[in-house]
Amino acid sequence: MSVLVDRTVAADPAGPARGRSRTAEGFKGLALVVLPPVVVAVAGLGAWEAIVTVGRVAPFVLPAPSAIWEQFTLSLDTIIRTGTASGTNALVGLVLGTIVALLAAMAAGRFRFLAEVSVPVAAALNALPIIALAPILNNMFSATSNIPRRLVVAIVVFFPVFINALRGLREVDPTHRDLMDSYAAGGWTFTRLVRLPGALPFVFTGLRQASSLAVIAAVVSEYFGGLQDGLGSRITSAAANTAYPRAWAFVLGACVLGLVFYLIALLLERVATPWRTR
Amino acid sequence: MTAPAVELTGVNKIFNQGRPGEVTALTGVDLTIARGEFIALIGPSGCGKSTLLRLVADLIAPSSGTVTVAGKPARKARLDQEYGIAFQQAGLFEWRTVRRNVELPLELRGQGRRERRARAEEMLELVGLADFARHYPAQLSGGMQQRVAIARALAVHPPLLLMDEPFGALDEMTRERLQDELLRICGTTGTSTIFVTHSIPEAVYLADRVVVMSPRPGRITGIVPIDLGERTETTRQSPGFFTGITKVRAALRGTEAAVGAER
Ligand SMILES: Nc1ncnc2c1ncn2[C@@H]1O[C@H](COP(=O)(O)OP(=O)(O)OP(=O)(O)O)[C@@H](O)[C@H]1O
Ligand SMILES: [Mg+2]
Repeated sequence: MSVLVDRTVAADPAGPARGRSRTAEGFKGLALVVLPPVVVAVAGLGAWEAIVTVGRVAPFVLPAPSAIWEQFTLSLDTIIRTGTASGTNALVGLVLGTIVALLAAMAAGRFRFLAEVSVPVAAALNALPIIALAPILNNMFSATSNIPRRLVVAIVVFFPVFINALRGLREVDPTHRDLMDSYAAGGWTFTRLVRLPGALPFVFTGLRQASSLAVIAAVVSEYFGGLQDGLGSRITSAAANTAYPRAWAFVLGACVLGLVFYLIALLLERVATPWRTR
Repeated sequence: MTAPAVELTGVNKIFNQGRPGEVTALTGVDLTIARGEFIALIGPSGCGKSTLLRLVADLIAPSSGTVTVAGKPARKARLDQEYGIAFQQAGLFEWRTVRRNVELPLELRGQGRRERRARAEEMLELVGLADFARHYPAQLSGGMQQRVAIARALAVHPPLLLMDEPFGALDEMTRERLQDELLRICGTTGTSTIFVTHSIPEAVYLADRVVVMSPRPGRITGIVPIDLGERTETTRQSPGFFTGITKVRAALRGTEAAVGAER
């Protein structure tokens, strides 16, 4: 799934071609990038529809895409309203988690000891199902609070950003170090001119992973109670009412939201690291 | 003040001293380089040329002996930014455009924006990359990147220039043109230069003295003075040039013979 997409794979093909024939190449490149997944998706949906209708699969096992789509259009208003709520939670948590992760990575990057200790600890914590914290956090705050879901998102986001940023901050080209030494530039100058820009691509790799995770966390944390105004609550209530196509329609809404987050992260990455687009 | 540009006395460098993987990179190096002098360092791979350059640059400390640059300890000279350096690897900052790469040392010396931009463009013109000022390093070939690194080292007009095989990745025509440009710059600004190369003709063409080194342990085995006077169109065909080449080759043969005898 998109979270696991490798950095180079994800970043390179969609790259707007630089140079004179920018637009022409851009269109061609875009077509090459967009076309194959669209073809695969259409074929997949067709097959799905066919299997469900021909094989008479029960709707609670797997509704047909057409049924899901019908529910999607019917509930579009609700999907947008709940999607906005979930999206806000995801965004707030994402920003918060990213800021904390970057500050932590910078602190850890300054001290070799801290970095060496924190990476395995962070990796271990990351393996825990953080989403499981949701019921605990829900009980810590009032039932009308937005805070628990946003906290879950922030915690989920923290790890990929922290680990990637720290790696970026610590990986300095030895020639760059020598060169800056020869300029007698150390301390903050070195950090500002070499470490931070060098770490940017890594930070964005982390952010791209985090952006999809943030939406998943914001949606799923609603399964465990708390304020019920997002996509997650609609998925659970539709499923509880055996309205499976409607549940799937909200899942589709969550997919779209995740995709939007991912694409925005990708776009930010392009803008912030122009030297990596070729 | 007439302190020599660089003075090394009794310099030894042992990497990983007292630990596994101990390497004696340099032993008993004594070398004095006068102000404005052009020194070429030549010797087989692994004989410690880069190490010698890095000692002068104070990027590593000698295990024993002293290194002075412009009459000061090497460390003080580095902090005073007494030298410009071009490494064996171009070492460009991939997130800066070509022009901003060349500007970096000027920026760190606190030069104004307009001034450093003009200087960077002048230097890029010199290395034939004016048209690539707005490109990123990743869009350049290896040789072009190396030329940007040369432009960056020259941009500050340092009193001492340290260059580690800077022309190694260049084609012959560019190489000869840059050799002439380098000589012109060093001549007009009175820059002292230590220039590492693997090419005997290049060493002879550029240098006032060619320092020949030999490996295991790294040491200076000979110094060949070159007296070709002003370099001109005809220098590369002159008998003096070929005599110089023969002498340096003989000195290098000597080191080869010595290595052979050790085995
Ligand atoms: N940081 C280091 N740690 C350990 N050994 C080193 C280090 N740097 C250099 N050496 C060793 O010192 C010796 C001299 O290395 P150096 O890089 O100075 O050679 P060189 O003459 O520049 O070679 P080349 O022509 O291939 O660039 C080599 O044997 C090398 O293995
Ligand atoms: Mg070397």
